[in-house]
Amino acid sequence: MNLLSRSSLKRLLAALLLAGVVTLMTGAPGGYGVPAYTGLHGSFLERVSYFGLFRTQRWFLFLTLGIIAWLVSTYYQRHSLTIRRRLEPVMAIPTQVMQRRTNRWLLIGLVVIVTIFIPKLVHQQFWMYLIVEQIGVWILLALGLNVVVGFAGLLDLGFAAFYAIGAYATAWFTGVLPTPAPFNHPIPTLWCIPIGVGLAMVFGIILGIPTLRLRGDYLAIVTLGFALIIDDFVGTQSGLTGGGEGSLTVPKFAVHVGPVHYTWGISPTPYYYLCFLFVVIFLIAFTALEYSRVGRAWVAIREDEVAAESIGINPLKYKVMAFAVGAASGGFGGVLTAGLIGNINPTLFQYQVSVNVLILVIFGGMGSIWGVAIGAIIVQFVTSYLDNYQPWGYQLNDLYMYIGALLIIMMIFRPAGILPSRRRQREIQSFEVDHEGHLDEVLTGDEP
Amino acid sequence: MGFAHFWLSGFDQIRTGFWAYFAVGLENGSLYAMIAVGYTLVYGVLGLINFAHGEVFMCGGFAAVFLTHGILGDRVANGWESVFLILAGIAIAGSVSALVATGVEQVAYRPLRRRNAPKLAYLISAIGASYFLQTLAGKEFGYGQNIFPAQVFPAGQTMFFIGKTPIHTIQVVCLVVGTAMFVAADRIVRSTRLGRGIRAVAQDSETSALMGVNIDRTITLTFIIGGSLAGAAGFLYALQNGIVQSSGTELGIYAFTAAVLGGIGNLRGAALGGLLIGLFGSFSVPFAFEGNISWTEIYTFIILVLVLIVRPTGILGEKSGRTA
Repeated sequence: MNLLSRSSLKRLLAALLLAGVVTLMTGAPGGYGVPAYTGLHGSFLERVSYFGLFRTQRWFLFLTLGIIAWLVSTYYQRHSLTIRRRLEPVMAIPTQVMQRRTNRWLLIGLVVIVTIFIPKLVHQQFWMYLIVEQIGVWILLALGLNVVVGFAGLLDLGFAAFYAIGAYATAWFTGVLPTPAPFNHPIPTLWCIPIGVGLAMVFGIILGIPTLRLRGDYLAIVTLGFALIIDDFVGTQSGLTGGGEGSLTVPKFAVHVGPVHYTWGISPTPYYYLCFLFVVIFLIAFTALEYSRVGRAWVAIREDEVAAESIGINPLKYKVMAFAVGAASGGFGGVLTAGLIGNINPTLFQYQVSVNVLILVIFGGMGSIWGVAIGAIIVQFVTSYLDNYQPWGYQLNDLYMYIGALLIIMMIFRPAGILPSRRRQREIQSFEVDHEGHLDEVLTGDEP
Repeated sequence: MGFAHFWLSGFDQIRTGFWAYFAVGLENGSLYAMIAVGYTLVYGVLGLINFAHGEVFMCGGFAAVFLTHGILGDRVANGWESVFLILAGIAIAGSVSALVATGVEQVAYRPLRRRNAPKLAYLISAIGASYFLQTLAGKEFGYGQNIFPAQVFPAGQTMFFIGKTPIHTIQVVCLVVGTAMFVAADRIVRSTRLGRGIRAVAQDSETSALMGVNIDRTITLTFIIGGSLAGAAGFLYALQNGIVQSSGTELGIYAFTAAVLGGIGNLRGAALGGLLIGLFGSFSVPFAFEGNISWTEIYTFIILVLVLIVRPTGILGEKSGRTA
């Protein structure tokens, strides 16, 4: 194969473009240190140097990397068969090991033991807080979204809105917002769980019924708009929601049942066990849900809506159900966050947060409960590490850029996630094979 | 202030300043229409909503910022220079946006199309592209930093009066450019060979491929047409409001509502819906509680949901033969 052939040169161009984009992504922000518009004065070269590839000063390095990537891809192109054949047995080892029942239970037992003893192993308070707030709560959120995206195959971009509804309902009912609590009677935080969950669910149903009758993409954009509005609303209605400052004094969780009196204080360890409890409950509940009648109805609708309808499944009913379950878990996450952190403000519930949860589901594997949980741990650990240590010139706001890129990459190379649910993977593959050659169906998607 | 008084004073404001609200409505409406064309064309051809279209619009706005500052610096243009700059801005912003739109198609859609991926995969990868572009723009130009282009004509310049209401130059420019570009797009889709290809693919892509339509090329050209209109809209929007990395998402929702209201998949519906949403948004401004501008967003969103409940096919319905 010639390095100067047409396809090879095309690949070189792609590699160089990729290198350029990576340079932009990882470089310093444009107009660094000065407001962006001041970079627009002076000569044209001066102006340009505040933006784009020129200011990163590392484009030479990345040019080299681009060329190396080109050479590697050329090599792979030539020897792909051999490489794949050699890698196959190695890649198959984890699956073979996990196929044994004893090994699976051994792994689960190990994981449970390690999670129970984590507070003993992690000595820094900071990391404990991080584990609770960034990983514990987010596993719950991801598991909830997994019901919508993974089980029912609907794209919900308004998860941040339900999250916000849960949190602000907590603040409202505990009486710490500028608006007085309903009936002027603040209630304990733990009692807010059913209220927040119920409220989020009601909003989910109101939003879901008109949009779920239509094609899938309407749901995505309507929920996105809803998240945008809620984000705007809580940030600007200072008379109702406290505006940009939100509320700083949501009371902590406390249990007063009969002889038991316990208040969750400042130490993160009790919160950790609370979160752990909820995660276990969620895992068990959603696994049960997956194999229940409802779960099987979701699979049927996801695979073929017309066929599902013909055997007596009402698609709208089950779709709304999935959407409501997702919204409810969003609300639950909101109540939990409000109780854990104690202060809530609009930055926690920006509409981008929905995509943050979405990537946890996609990365782990849509529809696979364990995959989503493990994916959430990995992604949340990496992002909180990046946010707190900011290595390699990473900046706080860059997160969504990497998430966006990761979403595209996952969809191109591994749409079923890193730990795919077996059924989902089979489904995607069979869809792709079934629809091969049918251009019309390919272009219009799975709708008839 | 009582509730009834609030609504009455709103109507009072509309009565006294009708023409001002009307002009703003037409201005915004023509911008929404230009963006909505992109949604509707891509929907017709691919059968999916291009989530990254708002970001395509945003890129056009930033391109215009660079162009005008590069040529003008701190000066204020006048006379024929303004006309030239507007035309150049439309050309440059349009081509940058067309480039971005094609890039999105190549990176986020084409590999999935090659593999016959299910629908959900397209949506997710489009969302990824949208967030990627938005955050990259934020990184390059400052997050939440509203950047204005150089003054192509003096800010707030009045062209003529209707009664006592001043009509600003920017409003006239938006309406004229919007109309011209829409008519051009409409002509392309309705009466050229390329447009016939687009309509054929929208109707039945398999048969059109058998009839010798190059599907890949048709799709790319669709993205180019939609992108260039969105880019021009980005330039005009930036002249008036400045551009910020998140404006793509906000305007995108408005324009999408417009496309749905007019009947998604229908080009003329997009124009009609755009104008209606623009007028509606403008006339809803006096009814914002606490003078909060986000109420316009809420009202528009309610319109979107109502349309989806009552008539999902939109006012003009779907001509491309696909049900919603």
